[in-house]
Amino acid sequence: MTTTAEAAQAAGSGAGALSALLLLSDGRFPAGGHAHSGGAEAAVADGRIRDAAGLADFCRGRLHTTGLVAAALAAATTAGLDPLVLDDAADARTPSLALRTVSRRLGRQLMRAARATWPGADLDALAAARPRGAHQPVVLGVTARAAGLRPLDAAHAAAYESAAGPATAAVRLLSLDPFHAAAVLARLAPQIDTTARAAAEAAGRALTHGPTALPAASAPLLDIGAEHHAAWPVRLFAS
Amino acid sequence: MHRDHPEVFPERYAHSSAAVGPDGRRRALRIGLGGPVGSGKTATVAALCRSLRDRLAIGVVTNDIYTREDAEFLLRNAVLPPERIVGVETGACPHTAIRDDISANLEAVEDLEEAVGPLDLVLVESGGDNLTATFSKGLVDAQIFVIDVAGGDDIPRKGGPGVTTADLLVVNKTDLAPHVGADLDRMARDAAAQRGALPVVFTSVARGDGIAPVAAWIGERLAAWTA
Repeated sequence: MTTTAEAAQAAGSGAGALSALLLLSDGRFPAGGHAHSGGAEAAVADGRIRDAAGLADFCRGRLHTTGLVAAALAAATTAGLDPLVLDDAADARTPSLALRTVSRRLGRQLMRAARATWPGADLDALAAARPRGAHQPVVLGVTARAAGLRPLDAAHAAAYESAAGPATAAVRLLSLDPFHAAAVLARLAPQIDTTARAAAEAAGRALTHGPTALPAASAPLLDIGAEHHAAWPVRLFAS
Repeated sequence: MHRDHPEVFPERYAHSSAAVGPDGRRRALRIGLGGPVGSGKTATVAALCRSLRDRLAIGVVTNDIYTREDAEFLLRNAVLPPERIVGVETGACPHTAIRDDISANLEAVEDLEEAVGPLDLVLVESGGDNLTATFSKGLVDAQIFVIDVAGGDDIPRKGGPGVTTADLLVVNKTDLAPHVGADLDRMARDAAAQRGALPVVFTSVARGDGIAPVAAWIGERLAAWTA
């Protein structure tokens, strides 16, 4: 009937799914992300991001480590694994206390937006079980399910955000040319897609083998930077 | 002439938060304070706390832009016990945190009520911003916009959403008017032209009982809220 419906069908989801994915992935979706730099503020202070090239390196590193893990956790949740088991799996894959705290805070904020946007029993149940917030990728996975999306869609949203968050923050932190930041994300697009597919495949394996089948890549500099950043007295971003 | 009862809350502000909680208690009235940097928002919050704390249970949420100075100023001046003051970090965008994505502020308000409540009044102070910064109706029930005479007596004429739509406009530091050449009559005329019937207070909140008209306005809002 319409190109949107055709595109949604091509993506394998129901009517409106493609637009739901765009809405969920939009940086303007009110889920608290605007106050976080995804580690970019600490990296800028350490001189590891100075320009668009540094931003591209940083985003690529984050995408293939914590981005992949977040995407797999989100996809596994959308695929129907127990969110509380995956919440524990997220804890185990997040060595930094500061980042575990941030992830739960963002999860709680996403939960509020999700319950208003795509209300449903699964979201209510997770909110009741984790009133102080489940990990953000887990809430993202339940949200994607409530929005009629597939595991691969949830993985895409998580993988994209893992790079888009720091890119947006770098524009504010460095007065970086916003066109250059957008170009960084555009050039990363093929890797974001690959990461999302790998995450969705891992989620599929986890359906049979449990959450140990999910990736556990880590980025020690992100962890160390986050711990330092959390102790700064003066900072622009919450993380 | 027919006179209706004054319509104090024409819209259901803060509508994502039920007015009456599951325990049957009415939640605290939420008042937002916005305005440019240095206009006296924190001083207004401090003066309101001193003026109202003996008869009201108050909590404060601050939105510092890149420091915790506002929260620390309030703590240092001991206007409230420390557990009643919380700070929200805004990622370099104070207006986003009070208008476009209010989730962190809503969480702070709710956590505050849960931790130290029941409260009668929660003051949400914005980080210093520009003339377009207003609070979401999803976050506060009413908002005060604070400007000062030293910032330029043309600000009421320039208007913008803060000046034109805030439920109360406070023109602060009137004691400085002769020193900075600000024309208070002109500011009053311009404010009236921009705001119609919406109230304007000219005062110096840090001097004597300068906070009294603002505290009285909040008293009226509270009476309407709990009625």
